[in-house]
Amino acid sequence: MNMKKNRFERRHLMEALMKALMRGSFVIVAGALGLILWTIIARGLPSLSWSMVSQVPKGGYYMGKEGGILNAIIGSAYLASGGTLLAVLLSLPIALYLKTYLGTSKWGGYVRLSLDVLWGIPSIVYGAFGFALMIMFGMRASLLAGIIVLALVELPIMTRAMDEVIRRMPADLEQAALALGSTKLEVALSVVTRQMLPGIVTAILLAFGRGIGDAASVLFTAGYTDRIPTSLMRPTASLPLAVFFQLGSPYAEVRERGYAAALILTIIVLAVSFGARFLSGRLNRYTVK
Amino acid sequence: MSLIRARTDSPFRAAAAARARKDENARRAFFVITLLPVALILVISAALFVRAWPILSVYSPADLLFGKIWKPASGQFGFLPFILGTVWVTVVGLLLAVPPCILVSIYLSEYAHDRTRALAKPVLDLLAAIPPVVYGVWGLLAIVPFVDDVLAPLADRWLAAVPIFRVTQPTGFGILAGGIVLAVMIAPLIISVTFEVFLTVPNDLRHASLAVGATRWQTIRTIVLPKVMPGIVAAAALGTSRAFGETIAVLMVVGNVPNIPTSVFDTAYPLPALIANNYGEMMSIPLYDAALLGAALVLLAVVLVFNILSMLALQRMTRRT
Repeated sequence: MNMKKNRFERRHLMEALMKALMRGSFVIVAGALGLILWTIIARGLPSLSWSMVSQVPKGGYYMGKEGGILNAIIGSAYLASGGTLLAVLLSLPIALYLKTYLGTSKWGGYVRLSLDVLWGIPSIVYGAFGFALMIMFGMRASLLAGIIVLALVELPIMTRAMDEVIRRMPADLEQAALALGSTKLEVALSVVTRQMLPGIVTAILLAFGRGIGDAASVLFTAGYTDRIPTSLMRPTASLPLAVFFQLGSPYAEVRERGYAAALILTIIVLAVSFGARFLSGRLNRYTVK
Repeated sequence: MSLIRARTDSPFRAAAAARARKDENARRAFFVITLLPVALILVISAALFVRAWPILSVYSPADLLFGKIWKPASGQFGFLPFILGTVWVTVVGLLLAVPPCILVSIYLSEYAHDRTRALAKPVLDLLAAIPPVVYGVWGLLAIVPFVDDVLAPLADRWLAAVPIFRVTQPTGFGILAGGIVLAVMIAPLIISVTFEVFLTVPNDLRHASLAVGATRWQTIRTIVLPKVMPGIVAAAALGTSRAFGETIAVLMVVGNVPNIPTSVFDTAYPLPALIANNYGEMMSIPLYDAALLGAALVLLAVVLVFNILSMLALQRMTRRT
């Protein structure tokens, strides 16, 4: 009797202990996010100024003199927009084809697996791959090369996210359209795309956010310059690299500006993330429930 | 096909035939585009292999992978310090990340209120959205000083006898700082994958166990965990491959000295950092570019193996249920 009671108590103690551990872990993970944001804001805010976001680096900027990182902000906007546009042109057909034509077929499984594998390839490898291609074709670091490599980095992220939402498409909607005599293409373009628009927009913005923050892939391919690029063949600066390079500076003022640049990048990425949430909520009103 | 060849004497038939033809053409075009992901993996591997060939043809793989000396200027390309540096940082990151991540996903799938779950999703989304370079800045500003001021003195005081915790250099930069940053970076991935895996366990099993008087933790330990173990391993493998290739964030806090680490407080020089740091000068020394693209090839090979195995395991798990 006594032993039984003892066991009874121990398992409840265990229950409470594990629960406390789980809560603690959850607090640590959420706390890490808070800590990161707090660190970036507390250290970045003091050196954030209007001239940071409105000027390109002037002479002596990297020794702590006048200027800003407009070149990197615009450069990153070009890179990420171009890369995202290119990635959409490839992702949307793949995701639609997976849903409407392939379904759960074997080939569909292979395509999904290869997308998962691509998704796991580190961006530095994409960068090295882009660099290898550039040597082969005798190309120099340029906006175009950066856009292409970013599109490759974004492609699996975007396609997997689109595939996830498009898969959840209600089957009866699709079947209703087919029953009325639509071809699969018509179903894909005018039924699936419209019904799943909120999810597709979220996927695009998710990939955009990933693209704008990626440093390792553009390091080799887009180069770095103090000027705002005027053509696709020119090299371009980017925000992540602006952060990275300024942090390596021996001048404290320049490092402070690196923290501010990190804050700008964080604000952009968080804005995109919240924007995606908001937009998909708005667009959801126009879908069939 | 019969539609395409249909007689076109009626305008309706003509229209139908045109639509069917359009559908068929679109199917072909779509199919060609889906070849892209499959082909891309092969093309990336091939391109890196071709560019790394000059060095692979001169040195044996064993010389490259197990060579300890890295002096490109005098033609010595030993990857071992970099490979071990990557392994150390990855292992530390994983050891720090996996146990709490499993606890969090158990909590979210088995215990948490819908409200907590609704709170957890944006937290994980934001953690996943923060760019690597921002993690690096955080590591530099918060983790490196934390290691230097708190962890190193503690280890020096209590764990000095344990070789892998010996404090070897006084900066705070090193494997532990890199591992902590990596652990936070891979946490959202591991949590969301394990959470999905927990959802595949049918509720009937839980109910049966709870009905005979087991506590929730007993149910989880004896019923749920054994079922999801392969999925957890796969999630950890996925985290491993993510950690293995992480570049900028780790590069910023790990010290970048090509030594062979023996303690978590040592500096290290992981493979991705090697590639990222030296791309500028690699065209000036013979074989240097081939060596760095060879490093990328090694990275790719490791990541592919971990990825494909874990993806296959996860696909099988989710299909079975």
